[in-house]
Amino acid sequence: MSLAGCSRMTSATIRHDEAPHPKLRVDGLKRYFDVSPPWLNRVTEGRPRQTLKAVDDISFAIEPGKTLSLVGESGCGKSTVARCIVGLYRPSGGSIAFEGVDFASLRSRAAQAPLRRRMQMIFQDPYASLNPRWRVFDIIAEPVRAFRLLRGKSEIVRRVDELLRLVGLAPRDGEKYPHEFSGGQRQRVSIARALASNPEFLVCDEPTSALDVSVQAQILNLMKALQRELGLTYLFISHDLSVVYHMSDSVGVMYLGRLAELRDAPALFAQPLHPYTRLLLETIPDLDVIGRRREPLAGEVPNPIDPPSGCSFHPRCPFANERCRSQRPELAPVPGGAVACHAVAEGRLAPDD
Amino acid sequence: MAAPQPLLQVDNLRIEFPTRRGTLLAVDDISFHIDPGEVLGVVGESGAGKSLTGAAIIGLLDPPGRIAGGQIRLDGRRIDNLPYEQMRRIRGKEIGAIFQDPLTSLNPLYKISRQLVETIRTHAEMSPSQARARALELLDAVGIPAASDRLDAYPHEFSGGMRQRVVIALALAANPRLIIADEPTTALDVSIQAQIIALLKQLCRDHGTAVMLVTHDMGVIAETADRVAVMYAGRIAEIGPVAAVIKQARHPYTHGLMGSIPAIGHPVEQLTQIDGAMPRLTEIPKGCAFNPRCPEVFDKCLSHRPDLRPAGGSDVSCWLF
Ligand SMILES: Nc1ncnc2c1ncn2[C@@H]1O[C@H](COP(=O)(O)OP(=O)(O)OP(=O)(O)O)[C@@H](O)[C@H]1O
Ligand SMILES: Nc1ncnc2c1ncn2[C@@H]1O[C@H](COP(=O)(O)OP(=O)(O)OP(=O)(O)O)[C@@H](O)[C@H]1O
Ligand code: SF4
Ligand SMILES: [Mg+2]
Ligand SMILES: [Mg+2]
Repeated sequence: MSLAGCSRMTSATIRHDEAPHPKLRVDGLKRYFDVSPPWLNRVTEGRPRQTLKAVDDISFAIEPGKTLSLVGESGCGKSTVARCIVGLYRPSGGSIAFEGVDFASLRSRAAQAPLRRRMQMIFQDPYASLNPRWRVFDIIAEPVRAFRLLRGKSEIVRRVDELLRLVGLAPRDGEKYPHEFSGGQRQRVSIARALASNPEFLVCDEPTSALDVSVQAQILNLMKALQRELGLTYLFISHDLSVVYHMSDSVGVMYLGRLAELRDAPALFAQPLHPYTRLLLETIPDLDVIGRRREPLAGEVPNPIDPPSGCSFHPRCPFANERCRSQRPELAPVPGGAVACHAVAEGRLAPDD
Repeated sequence: MAAPQPLLQVDNLRIEFPTRRGTLLAVDDISFHIDPGEVLGVVGESGAGKSLTGAAIIGLLDPPGRIAGGQIRLDGRRIDNLPYEQMRRIRGKEIGAIFQDPLTSLNPLYKISRQLVETIRTHAEMSPSQARARALELLDAVGIPAASDRLDAYPHEFSGGMRQRVVIALALAANPRLIIADEPTTALDVSIQAQIIALLKQLCRDHGTAVMLVTHDMGVIAETADRVAVMYAGRIAEIGPVAAVIKQARHPYTHGLMGSIPAIGHPVEQLTQIDGAMPRLTEIPKGCAFNPRCPEVFDKCLSHRPDLRPAGGSDVSCWLF
């Protein structure tokens, strides 16, 4: 990662033009949803328009061949970031550049297609993303056909067989329909499909959470091997912090649509700085303590439609003071990355407190 | 004192799928019970038959899948052969289900509020406004922020984890005595996960609710389950108290499973994996189903199928014990 991801605040105007482009750069990304009550209710009940800022000004960069993970509470905007990157949502603001080419500069779908082909997404929900009426063979072959990567039936068959084996299924499984598989087997189908077009950049939204730990180990080992051999770049999303630890070069911790902390993975796990990251790491379920009672994060989960003032974490933060309640902290450099927290910036909060 | 009657008793359950290529035996003769107030964790290879077992208990096996043998009893009363209408009443009221796929349990065309209110009113005498208040209470309990603002949203307006929590709220709506929870916390962050687990445990403690908890997360098992069943290829490989199964795994498959978990603070280039894949249902080997992948395999494993037998505190189906 380096600090490239935070260039907007570290060096607002200086662009290191001599440096090669990161594989992916996200700059000031915003995605807002209109969640207003229906027009009639607004009029009769006098209710206002409402906007949900699912992603609110997020910047990061991923170098070629590296893995950046996004973690954070359910609903904090991880999948929305992912969907913006692969073009399923149109950003409300900010830019997304692939190898230095800004998607917004490519107007038509046709102009974007050559870039889109090089990025694929594994979805959080393998059920919703596989067409139930297609055989698995056709599901996996679809990107190969759509992008005209291979011609001729026999070549396509060979490729699909190879992909099925790669994810631990058998070529004969291609004849089946998605409902004939268990949850974890379906997830393997969606991984095979994502790999079919030889993408260079993969967005993986909870790719292994439906898998048992032994199949998970096989898939993670496979993903790492592909990265080593083919130089793939990953954006990885997972709630399982031990998986994130194993896979990531850098980690972005999101809270309510914003980055709270963006660090090199070893630094983050060795010395989490943001109060939210610290609580997150303390809440990891522990195999060694049978029957332990974990304390969920104290305090109300904030309402994303009406986020708290100042630092949006302040109502749940043990270190919050007046400044935290009124002024929003921006990402500021720390060893191995950047953190958005007044207490850390002011030195009120030593790394090992 | 006589042991209490188990709330759920499953005996020699077999589930099969007739197909063009012959009949597949997806669950092959499994037996277990769950006591009132107890959490039975179920773990095991993807495709081992965990979800099918859960679906059979609540009477929702999708055809052509069918129960080919065995019995399922709730409170001593057989429920595997009930007519559809009777089973429908038991479902929801006495047995609550949280499916692995939250989207299939939610109707994309209806608001969250409508789905909750309808479910609540089918099981309890309540006015629409009482049911709406109860719906809010349930959404609060599963940690949906500002529930009153979000009650009238459609499912697609919720994140993956939020939809999951709505499904959990639906399952709890009628205070069932048995909850079949298939991967209930899989898409949830650790904090919400802790909250849901605490909620499930509280139901067990305060209402004697029994839970069958299917999950891949061993950490969740360690803190929630009283006993654990480990499934492989349609059979139970090992079943016993949670401490025995996690700390002193006996079956070589359980061993492999425990060894594949990544550990924070221990960087490795490669995770330990159990090489090979679970056999296809059409090609389950003779003898022990795990034999092609087992590091301890010996001749008896290739010819004779091991049954569950006591070993340490657990029951294990492996010829080593
Ligand atoms: N199409 C939509 N319309 C309205 N709101 C939406 C839409 N999609 C997402 N949201 C809202 O945006 C926020 C972020 O959702 P997102 O799916 O990105 O979360 P997430 O971090 O991926 O969560 P999870 O870990 O539960 O998958 C949530 O509050 C969600 O309700
Ligand atoms: N409709 C069907 N037709 C044929 N085989 C099926 C069908 N449904 C399930 N199976 C098979 O039954 C087996 C058990 O499936 P089940 O869904 O119970 O697995 P599981 O243990 O829940 O796995 P996971 O952890 O991946 O969810 C799988 O091998 C699956 O391929
Ligand atoms: S800025 Fe203040 S409220 Fe926010 S995390 Fe830091 S100390 Fe806590
Ligand atoms: Mg998501
Ligand atoms: Mg399942």
